[in-house]
Amino acid sequence: MHELSIAISMIDQITEESERRGGLDVEAVHLKLGIFSGVDKDALQFAYELACEGSVLEGSRLVIETVPLVIYCADCKKDRLPPSVYQLSCPECGSPGQKIVTGREIEVSFLEIAA
Amino acid sequence: MSTRMVEVRAKVLKQNDLLARTLRERFRTEGTCVVGLVSSPGSGKTAFLEKLLGGLARDSRVAALVGDLATENDAARLRRATPNVRQITTGTICHLDAQMVEKALESWRLDRIDFLFIENVGNLVCPSSYDLGEELRFVLLSATEGEDKPLKYPTIFNSSDVAIITKMDLAEAAEFDVVAARRNIESVRPGMQVFEVSSKTGSGMQAVFDLLHAQLARARQSRVALTL
Repeated sequence: MHELSIAISMIDQITEESERRGGLDVEAVHLKLGIFSGVDKDALQFAYELACEGSVLEGSRLVIETVPLVIYCADCKKDRLPPSVYQLSCPECGSPGQKIVTGREIEVSFLEIAA
Repeated sequence: MSTRMVEVRAKVLKQNDLLARTLRERFRTEGTCVVGLVSSPGSGKTAFLEKLLGGLARDSRVAALVGDLATENDAARLRRATPNVRQITTGTICHLDAQMVEKALESWRLDRIDFLFIENVGNLVCPSSYDLGEELRFVLLSATEGEDKPLKYPTIFNSSDVAIITKMDLAEAAEFDVVAARRNIESVRPGMQVFEVSSKTGSGMQAVFDLLHAQLARARQSRVALTL
């Protein structure tokens, strides 16, 4: 369970961003989370609430957008969705997918600010 | 009440990634070959590392950092092979991060170390998110754990460079299907190099030594290129 560490890193980063912009009243944080990131969505949601207590983000919402695992098929020369996270091959031609295009993201995309 | 959107686009682990990159550059400049070890608890990381350190110490300068939640037991074990061992006790944290590695390296002369091993906390989930600046990451799977571990923990296998199947001396007793294990590794990390070893008997270790020596030679070559 390293979701608490992830939540704390996230809060530190947003706090910095907020200070840089002269103090933001953050209502929601939008996060892109790859299903191949090693971070569990529900555990992060839970950890976020805990970690926010006493910070400038207390009371804010965490909105998680799940990013699918996409691999590049060198034979089809196309991005493909593999059959599962434990079978990294092209669903069309069966070639192994050695390059991951998306799915590993842990990335704050934008903040919703009270206007 | 109305809201406005502010675009951020920031990687949450940016701080760790930046520090890991700095460490990687430092390792390259000093010519140190750095290898990370990850696995579940009890898969034989420390026994494997003991063998690695013992074998490599004959003609190379070796060092190790070992991560655990508590105790100095692993460091004490590894010091039989080399005095250059430091334990990182993480307390409640289930993984190592780049900052812990940087701190643990304090005052070590990396230019006098050929091989540095970083043994992560036994955990097949959390370490996959944290880059430590290593050149190679070994993921260990023991013959007693079962063939389907790679399928259950695809992220850590995919984020590693080399798979080591340990405790091969117990494979028969545990009815371990090595062909299936290799197939499962290939499924989650196509093209991954796999080694079968026994730290107890020493079987298969030579191939790992050869890989490490080749890696060191490459590191030294690129260092020459850097200084030119």
